[in-house]
Amino acid sequence: MLDSAIEIFTAGRNTARLFEGLAITLKISAAAVGLSILLGIPAGLLMSSKKRFWRVSLKLYLEFIRIMPILVLLFLFYYSLSSVFNINLPAVTVSILVFTLWGTAEMADLVRGAVTSLPRHQWESGRALGLSELQLNLFVIVPQAVRRLLPGVINLTTRMIKTTPFVFFINIPDLVKVAQQIVEVTGIRNPLASVWVYGVIFFIYFAICYPISLFSRFLEKAWQN
Amino acid sequence: MKGTFRFIWLVLALTLAIGWSVGTHRALAAGELAKIKAADHIRIAVFSDKPPFGYVDENGVNKGYDVYLAHRLAEDLLGDPNKVKFVLVEAASRISTLEADKADIVLANFTYTTERAQQVDFAKPYMKVALGVASPQSAPITDVAQLAGKKLIVNKGTTADSYFTKNHPEIELIKYDQNTEAFNALRDGRGVALAHDNTLLFAWVRENTGFVTGIDFLGDQDTINPAVKKGNTELLEWLNQEVDKLTAEKFFYSNYEETLRPIYGEAVDENSVLITE
Repeated sequence: MLDSAIEIFTAGRNTARLFEGLAITLKISAAAVGLSILLGIPAGLLMSSKKRFWRVSLKLYLEFIRIMPILVLLFLFYYSLSSVFNINLPAVTVSILVFTLWGTAEMADLVRGAVTSLPRHQWESGRALGLSELQLNLFVIVPQAVRRLLPGVINLTTRMIKTTPFVFFINIPDLVKVAQQIVEVTGIRNPLASVWVYGVIFFIYFAICYPISLFSRFLEKAWQN
Repeated sequence: MKGTFRFIWLVLALTLAIGWSVGTHRALAAGELAKIKAADHIRIAVFSDKPPFGYVDENGVNKGYDVYLAHRLAEDLLGDPNKVKFVLVEAASRISTLEADKADIVLANFTYTTERAQQVDFAKPYMKVALGVASPQSAPITDVAQLAGKKLIVNKGTTADSYFTKNHPEIELIKYDQNTEAFNALRDGRGVALAHDNTLLFAWVRENTGFVTGIDFLGDQDTINPAVKKGNTELLEWLNQEVDKLTAEKFFYSNYEETLRPIYGEAVDENSVLITE
């Protein structure tokens, strides 16, 4: 039993290839999560502001992204953009772009939720102290909203990491695709290949996502005081 | 509510706009071959997980029947078999890959169909595929007539499914979604035989002793062809000449020896897979 596993992971560069796939997965999700947080916070503040134009257009954007399956967005930006407008973006750029579009929409909605849940007197007291809108947001609203945001952001991050395997539809060999390649090639003579390889993939995803949720629990505790 | 309606209209308009522009193919500029030569590499789309046609071996190197041909095309066009960049595709993304100009040629076991031929241009075939029927060695099925009133295992939505539904209603079909399920059903004896693409069966019976491909050629013969972007006539014509030349010099036989024989073994006649004339 164990021999078959050892055979798979020691053959050629199999293990190295899995880690190369993992590097791609991590690169895309880290870039997308980072950009989504950066863009999502101002977007969320605008969504909860009184400005009608921003509220409506951001709401439309959010609904648009929510309805569109990620796969359709990937196809749209990778294939359609190129065949219709002749804009030929590299696959990794496209995936970071698409995941950021999605993440920003979700993030903005989380921020909006967190901000509107704050009691009104936070704004009123801030204004009474003579803070400008920017100062009010920066020093009063955002720090309080961030704590309420945390569970949602962690959830979004892990969801993004788990959605990245879609990128193999735009020809990027990510972790899951590399696993599939190994399974299909060794599977002919080693029927246990899929169990071993996908088992390892399971633990890799767990090893990435679990620390993230541990970190969030730690922050939640630390911020309680 | 009003916002929602406006939004739906926006999506509809956008879909129509994109659909329309995709439908009207832009004419390709001449000099596609010159463009490939200027780039000094050719981009060929192949599978990365479909042995023995296109796969990545344990060292991360592309291998297989399609890949072997791809290297030869690069050699003949650019003078070096390694001047090829492989684009690793899925079955579902082969047409888009060409339309979006992400690859020059698709060599991903692309079966010719009239529907596909409206979207891409197929060159001359380099392989053929038909149905086969695998059965236990102890009770081999060598003729379709033997199957009357018995249970035959097929995969839902495949050529085998539609062929037997249409031509042999007297045979009872048991249908499965996944290859693995279907093959396990044959092992468990839930049907007397299993019908699938013959190329797949050849590889399977070799690894699973006790089974034979009693019928190795059945139904409509389909061909596997190289494909290029619609309207890329210059590359298409070059490919046609190239396939003729390679067929004449029996290149595909050496390709078979190199990539398929080790998988199929001696039991299979190469002429059931290769284009002979």
